[in-house]
Formats: sequence, structure tokens, C-alpha cells
Amino acid sequence: MTEWFHPALVLIAGALLLPLLTLRGQKITSLLIPALVILQVAQFNPGTWGEVEFAGIPLVLFQVDRLALVFAWVFAIMAFLGNLYALHIQDAAQRIAAFLYVASAFIVLFAGDWFTLLVGWELMAFASAWLIFASKTRAATGAGFRYLMVHVTGGVLLFGGIVLHGMQTGSYLTGALDYSSGGLAYTLIMVSFLINAAMPPLSAWLTDSYPEATVTGAVFLSAFTTKTAVYVLIRTFPGAEILMWSGAAMALYGVVFATIENDCRRLLGYHIVSQVGFMVAGVGIGTEMALNGAASHAFAHILYKGLLFMGAGAVIYMTGRRKLTEMGGLYRTMPLTLVFYMVGALAISAFPFFSGFVSKSMVIAAAAGDGPALATLMLTVASSGTFLSVGLKLPYFMFFAKDSGMRPGEPPANMLAAMGIAAAFCIVIGIWPGPLYALLPFPVDFAPYSALHITESMGLLMFTLLGFVLLLKILAPENTITLDTDWFYRRGAALFMRFARGPVQLWEQALITLGDGAGLNSLHRLSRQSMSADTNAVDATVNGVAHSARGTGALLRRLQSGIVSHYGLAMMLGLTLLAGWLLLGLGLGIGPEMGPVTAPGLGGSP
Amino acid sequence: MIRTVVNFFGDAKYRRRRWWLFLLVLAATLIADFLVERHAGENFWDAIPGWGALIGLISCLAIILFAKGLGHRALMKDEDYYD
Repeated sequence: MTEWFHPALVLIAGALLLPLLTLRGQKITSLLIPALVILQVAQFNPGTWGEVEFAGIPLVLFQVDRLALVFAWVFAIMAFLGNLYALHIQDAAQRIAAFLYVASAFIVLFAGDWFTLLVGWELMAFASAWLIFASKTRAATGAGFRYLMVHVTGGVLLFGGIVLHGMQTGSYLTGALDYSSGGLAYTLIMVSFLINAAMPPLSAWLTDSYPEATVTGAVFLSAFTTKTAVYVLIRTFPGAEILMWSGAAMALYGVVFATIENDCRRLLGYHIVSQVGFMVAGVGIGTEMALNGAASHAFAHILYKGLLFMGAGAVIYMTGRRKLTEMGGLYRTMPLTLVFYMVGALAISAFPFFSGFVSKSMVIAAAAGDGPALATLMLTVASSGTFLSVGLKLPYFMFFAKDSGMRPGEPPANMLAAMGIAAAFCIVIGIWPGPLYALLPFPVDFAPYSALHITESMGLLMFTLLGFVLLLKILAPENTITLDTDWFYRRGAALFMRFARGPVQLWEQALITLGDGAGLNSLHRLSRQSMSADTNAVDATVNGVAHSARGTGALLRRLQSGIVSHYGLAMMLGLTLLAGWLLLGLGLGIGPEMGPVTAPGLGGSP
Repeated sequence: MIRTVVNFFGDAKYRRRRWWLFLLVLAATLIADFLVERHAGENFWDAIPGWGALIGLISCLAIILFAKGLGHRALMKDEDYYD
């Protein structure tokens, strides 16, 4: 490779170009740019470029290694599929937000230092929030605001951790940290990563906001934020034991909540939490096989989860309904959507010859080999729950069950095409895992297809189906919402306000009354005297000033619309310009002559 | 082809046939698990034929009963709860 060009730069350039184009031009660009990024990723080799010094701190803007390449491949493919799925939309802002979102994920992937990573991390929060606000409903605005609040908090924690870590070690370069050595810096970094990985109790932002996003936006959301977090966890904290147990707990947490969920995309959101739990557990086990498992499961997961969100989104798009209690009988008129959805569902459930089978089993095998029996058992139970909710409950009550009387058609051709390609990936990876395994950071010594593994998996899945049939009446979705840890900041805030309005206000009132009386009469006299001085002398001067101030104020008021989403957009633009400036300056300034040096850390050589 | 398959799973007239197929698949998976070669694995259950089926059924029933029980006692609320 003689020159480098950061894929984020291509996407940011695309984002800047989009508003200048006609709708047709936007559609072409929205496919062309991700296609370019795929071609770009195909050219990458491990190496380090873009080393600069900023305020005395050495930054590494572009560091490619084998682990980054696994994620770069699937991010690029998903960027294309997501845009293909969204080809019909007319809202340029959503396309821009999606481009910036993917760009920020790439900045994190290739960041060789903590500050570059932080820029990507923050941009990711704001760009993705736009995909939630873009629904333009009251619920979406609220959820989007809560989403931003959580991620901004995570960003501050990360920033604090980075600065502390830098002060302690003198280095701002990313790399594996020994979590067991403790320290506040590592804790802050770990917590900020776990927020983005949606680790309970910090997971409610995901299931709160993703179902409120636009139909096409949720497809992007399902892919990038949590998997970027898995990526930085693999890179930073491999083998941190706490992650193994938290991951196994996550896997079960998502499964339990999905079982009582009625909103179809929220149910899928809980299964992001659950599936990311498998990956986090893999990171915690920390052996080469476990890290390979976490990376390959992230790869497979992005494609099948994207597909599941596309399928559920297609139904929402065609029917306008999102609750399972309001659906049913759609198999008659949406057979293709059903089949594509089921491919994703069989992949996430790890059916033999679907992608989840070759990736999830690597994590479970690593747990069985090097982890405690209990963790293995927890992951096995979660596997059953995955098939129960995603493979049985959701499709049964959406497409079969009692007839809702709705007869929607299939979604637009571009949506079907995106689902078809994603489904093809799920099957091809499942049947032919070789190319995926060859991409992984460590050499793979694992054969997923043994007779025992197939019969055992089929037994687990088919007898889960038996349990589903036996308890179908109890399992039926109900018209409720489920409390999660977002209760604390949703209901908690309301309770706080009630407290502020009640007891606190009473107390304040009492203080004011106490102050009245004795001192008050003399005060009144004094104020009358000063008022007359004020009216005659001071006012005249002030009026002149006030007049000009009012003019400026009116101008400011127009600029400051007071809508949260506008602030979000303004912040997003600022960050984009900053990121673009950094990357562009470097892309032009130091390009080819920098030359590759060996990447330190994980899987540096091909 | 797709429509035929989808209708087989949806239409009421195939109900009996679906049941037979399901029972057949259950029996086949269970029998197959008894026939395959087993190696001593890392955990005790690796030696038990039909372990997958057993843990699948128990997990599924336990998850449904636990989640619904917890939901009805504490977590499931009216849709206007936050309004």
C-alpha cells in the first residue's frame, strides 16, 4: 500500500456532498460511497499511518491491524446494506447522519491513540442520535434526549479515564490494559465502554431509544454503537474476568426482558443486549479462541441483527403498527419478508448452516474449554431463550397467530434487496465459514461441524420449540410496557421534580415569610425613595441601552430555537468539521511518505 | 415455492400435518443425539445423551415462567405509565 486515505474521510466527504445533490443524486451517492469504502477496506493491510503531534501529544490517526480489519469489513458491508434499505427515503438529513455515524465508527476502529478514539466516540453519539430524532414524534424526541444524556455522560467518563491514564503512564496510545491492576482510570474507561456495549444496568438507553428511531435508522443503530464497544473491549481489556461474568449475565438479562416485551423492535433490542453478552463474555475469557469468537460473533451478529431489524422495520413500514398484540396473519401477504426475517432468526438462534452457528459456538466452546461450567451453562440457557423470542415468539405473533385482518403488501424493492443480500450472507457464512475464519485476528483451530455439535444444537432448538408450544398461552404478548433501569432517570426525575415542587418549595416559602415582618417596613420606605431616583435619572440611560439590546436579543432568539434536536445537529456539525479538519489536514499533509510501520498490539502481522 | 412453504406453516388445513412433522423432527433429533459418537468433554453433561434436548426444554419453560412471573409481579406496567 503506497498511500492511505481514511474511510471516515470518504464518508464525511459524502455527507458534505449530499445536501448539494438532487434526490436522485443523493440516492446514487448513498450507495456509491459505501461501495467505495468496501473497495477501500479490501486494499488495507496492517500498518500505521498518520502519526502527528498535537499539543505535545503524539496521535496515531490510522492504525490497521487484523482485529480492526474484521470490523472494518462488516462495517463497510453494513453501511452499504443500510443505505440500500434506506434508498427510498427522501430525508437527506438521515442519510447524512448515517454517513457520519459510520464514519465515526471507522474513526474509532482505526484510532491508534485515545484522543482520536474519543473524537470518534463523541461524534458517534451525536450522529446516531439524529436517527432517533428524525422520527419526529414526541416519544422519539424524549428517547433521543435520554439517549444523548447517557452517551454524553459516557463520553465524559471516557475523557476522564483517558486523561488520568495519560497522566499516570505518559502515553496516550491505545492498547491492552491490565484491568486487574485496578485504578480509577481503568474503571472510568471500562464503564464508558460498558455503557456503549449496553451492559445492564447501563443498557436501558438502547431498548428505550432504538424502537423510537426511524425504520431505516434503527437498522444502522443496531449495527455500530454496541459492536464498536465490543471492538474496543477486545482491544483494551482482553481477559478481564469481570467481563466473563457480566457478559453471561447480560446474555440472560436480554433474554428475560425480551420474553415479556410487546414492541417488536424493543424485543430485538433486548436481544442485542443478549448477543453482545456472548461477545463480552468471550472478551472476558480472553483466550485466542474466545477473542476470535467475540470478533466473529460481532461480524455475524451485525449482519443477522441488521436483517432482523430490516424485517421488523418492513412490517412497521407497511402496517404502521409496532406492537405484537396488534399484528398477526401477515404471512399471507408478506411471505418474502417472513422468509428473510426467518433466515436472520435462524442465524441468531445458531441453527446449523446459519452464521450464528459458526460464531456463537466458538464463544461457547472457549467457555467450556477455559471458563467455569456455570458460565457455559448460562450461555447455553441464553441460546434457548434467543430462539424462543426472536425465532418463535416474534415471528409467530407477527406473521401467524390470530388474523389481524391487515393485508399489507411486500415492502419496496430496495428493502427486499437489502434483506435478500443480508440473508445470503447469513447462509453463506454458515455453510462456508472459511473466509470469515481466515479474517480473524488469531489462527483458527476450530471445526464447528461435528456430528455431536449438530445433534446437540438441534436438540436444544427443537425442544425449545416444544416448550414454546406447551406454554404458548402463557407466553402470549400483552399490552404493557416493561420497566427497565431507565425508570430511575425517567420516573426518578419526575419524583425529584415533585419533591422540588412540594417539600422544597414549602421550605422556601417558610423562609420568605419569616423574612417578612420586622425588617420589611423600613425596606419598603427605602425602596420608595430609591425608586424615584431610579425613574428620573437611571431609566433614561438604561432605555437607550435596552433598545439596542432588544434588537440583538431578537436576533439571538431566532438563532436559538430551543429545540434539543437543533442543538444536537449544531454540535454534530461542529464535531464533524473538527474530525474532517483533522483527517483532511493529515491526509493531504502527511500521506504516502509516512510509510507503514508495524502495528503494535493485537494481531499486528497478517 | 416460498409461498407453498409459508402457507404450510400458516394455513389451518395443514394443522395435523404440521403436528406429525413436528413430532417426527423431535423424535429424530433425540434419537440422532443417542447415536452420535461422544468424547469425554470438559463438563459432566458432555457425556449425557439427549442433554441438548433436556436443557433446551427446561430452559425454555423456566425462562417463560420466570419472565412472565417477574413481569406480572413487578415489571409490566400500563402503556401510559410514563406519561
